[in-house]
Amino acid sequence: MLAAIGVSSPQEIFERQIPEAVRLGRALELPAGLPEQEVYEHMRALAARNLSCEEQLSFLGAGMYDHYVPALIDMLTERSEFLTPYTPYQPEISQGGLQVMFEYQTAICELTGLPVSNASLYEGPSAVAAAGYLAKLHNGRSRFVVSAGLHPHSIQTLRTYAHGYGIEVLEIPLRDGLTDAEEFARAIDAQTAAAIFAQPNFYGAVEDADALSAAAKAAGSAPDGAPVVVAQVDPITLGILKAPGECGVDVAVGEGQALGNRLDFGGPSFGLFAAREEYLRRMPGRIAGETHDVDGRRGFVLTLQTREQHIRREKATSNICTSQALNALAGVVYLSWLGRRGIVELGELLLARTHYARETLAALDGVHKLHEQPVVREFALRLDADVAAVRRRCAAEGVNPGADLQALSGRAEDEGGLLVAITEKRSRADIDRLAEVLGAAVAAEREALAV
Amino acid sequence: MSAIEQDRPAAAGEQELARAVRVGAGPPLQREAATTIFQKGAPGRRAFQCPQVDVPAVEAEQLLPARFRRAEAPRLAEVSEPEIVRHYVGLSKRNFDLDSGFYPLGSCTMKHNPRLHERAAALPGHARLHPLQDPEDAQGALELMWKLQGALAEISGLPHVSLQPSAGSHGELAGVLLARAYHEDRGQARRKVLTPDTAHGTNPATVTMAGLEAVKLETNADGGVDIEDLRAKADEDVACLMLTNPNTLGLFDPNIEQIAEIVHAVGAILYYDGANLNAVMGLSRPGDMGFDIVHFNLHKSFTQPHGGGGPGSGPIAVSERIAPYLPTPLVARAEDGSFELDHGRGAAGSKSIGRLRGFNGNYGCFVRAYAYICSLGADGLRDASETAVLNANYLLARLRELGVAEHLPLAYGELCMHEFVLSGGPMKRALQIKTLDLAKRLLDFGFHPPTVYFPLLVEEALMVEPTETETRETLDSFAETLAAILREAAEDPAIAQNAPYSTPVRRLDEVGAAKRPVIRQALG
Repeated sequence: MLAAIGVSSPQEIFERQIPEAVRLGRALELPAGLPEQEVYEHMRALAARNLSCEEQLSFLGAGMYDHYVPALIDMLTERSEFLTPYTPYQPEISQGGLQVMFEYQTAICELTGLPVSNASLYEGPSAVAAAGYLAKLHNGRSRFVVSAGLHPHSIQTLRTYAHGYGIEVLEIPLRDGLTDAEEFARAIDAQTAAAIFAQPNFYGAVEDADALSAAAKAAGSAPDGAPVVVAQVDPITLGILKAPGECGVDVAVGEGQALGNRLDFGGPSFGLFAAREEYLRRMPGRIAGETHDVDGRRGFVLTLQTREQHIRREKATSNICTSQALNALAGVVYLSWLGRRGIVELGELLLARTHYARETLAALDGVHKLHEQPVVREFALRLDADVAAVRRRCAAEGVNPGADLQALSGRAEDEGGLLVAITEKRSRADIDRLAEVLGAAVAAEREALAV
Repeated sequence: MSAIEQDRPAAAGEQELARAVRVGAGPPLQREAATTIFQKGAPGRRAFQCPQVDVPAVEAEQLLPARFRRAEAPRLAEVSEPEIVRHYVGLSKRNFDLDSGFYPLGSCTMKHNPRLHERAAALPGHARLHPLQDPEDAQGALELMWKLQGALAEISGLPHVSLQPSAGSHGELAGVLLARAYHEDRGQARRKVLTPDTAHGTNPATVTMAGLEAVKLETNADGGVDIEDLRAKADEDVACLMLTNPNTLGLFDPNIEQIAEIVHAVGAILYYDGANLNAVMGLSRPGDMGFDIVHFNLHKSFTQPHGGGGPGSGPIAVSERIAPYLPTPLVARAEDGSFELDHGRGAAGSKSIGRLRGFNGNYGCFVRAYAYICSLGADGLRDASETAVLNANYLLARLRELGVAEHLPLAYGELCMHEFVLSGGPMKRALQIKTLDLAKRLLDFGFHPPTVYFPLLVEEALMVEPTETETRETLDSFAETLAAILREAAEDPAIAQNAPYSTPVRRLDEVGAAKRPVIRQALG
């Protein structure tokens, strides 16, 4: 090979191209390579120092959930043909991946009740920021009005992005667990680019989405139209909750992890993004479209690419160049596995068990509901004891009772808050066990404090 | 990629097809009509069995008032498990993939994905770990992230690492926001970001998203940054220069030290787009070249599978002066040796640009990248880059030997780094086939084509990145196939012009798809 190139060593290729001053000239200070089995042992040893949802009765949620992932998803996502290609730049040999995107878009449109969907974004909170950017491109206004019921990571991410593209973020507090509709409406004016809320919200409460959308549209009716109404949704609840498209929402975004994706300590997953038709040509990310080949066969391609960075460069609607294809595949396979009836049945099961869990826990001494609003699969409690200490006591009993609200939100009013998530993997017996352990932990903490 | 031409004959003749198949044996045809999962199944059919409702029944209205309820179930598929498996396995067979053949997609670093990484990432301790698990019960994960941060710092020559960005484009956004925060902290509202005309489209798109203005830099006759143009444009309003080195022409910029000097002299930041890091691991480090910020593509250099276009992961490494602005959270090590997440109350202080996404980044990708680094070690990483560069130069030499260079000359330079860019201009003029035709004809021979029509400044560009994965035999076979397609075109250009013939579908109407977008299945 060297002779064909006309050099005497591989090093000569580098010496002829890289100036000496910027050549490393020493070995990297990294450990020596290991055989496969030793790397596996090392990775296994690291995994063993993590307490997964398989080894602990966990009620953690707050954005990512331990739903059951059917075995067929592992089998399909591990197939070389889905795992190892790149973005379908050559559609003739990428029909499988392109059709998966098309099916995914169809499923997301059905769930959200909105007519257009992209092929997915990175994950939830950055999808909220992407919706904000779309609103800015759409109407060029200067402020986002955001419900405090959005996930704190979404608000923080939105702030990071908005500082970049030069938009102010105004946060509207909650009242009784819900976005204060009056304040929401008061804050929205002709300078509001987008009005953003979450359904259900971070505290588990089902918002009155119709009312919030209507308030946003009425309040912001400037000469050139109302602000873009954005809802962060939880796709697993959309079998039973009214679809955002039926509630006056213009853009629905959300974290897709609950749909057939593993927890993976927070990623990778996918972000869903669906909208009304008028926003189609400003959507970020990849979109698959149907077409036909020269022989008239049905086929699929990446479409509306003139929105995208590789063509439009600085005028692109986003800098994003790929979807989360493999995660979105898991998502659409999961939705097909659940099916039209299953997504409703699952929703009803979550609703019933979550209600049971909330009532059972709130009946414990020193444990209260944070709000009385309807909840679907997650709810917030207030403990009359230090949450961190209570969580430690529960952990010693093999139970993770949920997320420390204040640690996540940083809000003073969330002191004592615990966010409890229920999935179909948490049975009545599991919930009863949680009640026993949490009740004892709260009692012990209060006793310790009294002494 | 440009759209297909509309004035082509509707279908290739039988004779032409027979001949085309004779000269190039393609993959098996998967030409059953495309039907979506929504067009399969039957009402009431299902795969999911819902667990029993095991809690006391409560009135529906009390659980969730009717005004919040959905009137009609979403029209998801109604299919059995065997139908789902057959459907998606069938779809998978309509995909070409890296495990099936050569995939020299320039700038994408399609290197082998060791299956060990999938096994490691699937361990419940990694895959089923909740991101809000208490740090004391996630020490393995945090240690893994800590060690990956350390390895990336050493490879880049920049000491501080954030693993948070979700992809290369996300890492770029982080980088530009960091440069901006650095200047704002000094009371400077610098507005401009310099990007060479060879840059990936993500660079200028990112600049706009970060609220700054992209200013294009010219490329000189050797394929590097035009130093005079840089001098003219580098002023006190420049926040940073975004540079890929080696650049998208596959060339290491020989003036890199001078470029750094000019940029630093006006107080601007030098940003390294790590898309092409696979050329220089263990051989040259962005930090030593004078860069302050670099993003990595774990899905490229560190072999996270591309997944059909995602997930990726785009960590960033930065110099001391940029460190205070890094996004949160960061993995930190406490005095007792334990690991924790720093959410901005410790070292990641109030100057942080903030969060870029939820939770801790794409941990599943970190597991794979870290396993790769453990497998290869210091020497292995250097060997990977050396082999990648050797392979690219060997392929280039073979193309010259076979006379391909006459029609597809190297656009710039003599040697190359890990990839090279050919120009299809002479081929188009002499043989009447365009780069697109060549790419489509390659499909019939079982090769994924190189990247086409990028970078933009090369006429009919063909960007080839073989990676260290490929054997000499594969490179020879690819070179000989290119030569054969050119010979075939000299005889009859219509064959390539109408290719491919052996794929599940043939050329698709992309213009029509964009004019009348159909982006979901119509449901009954």
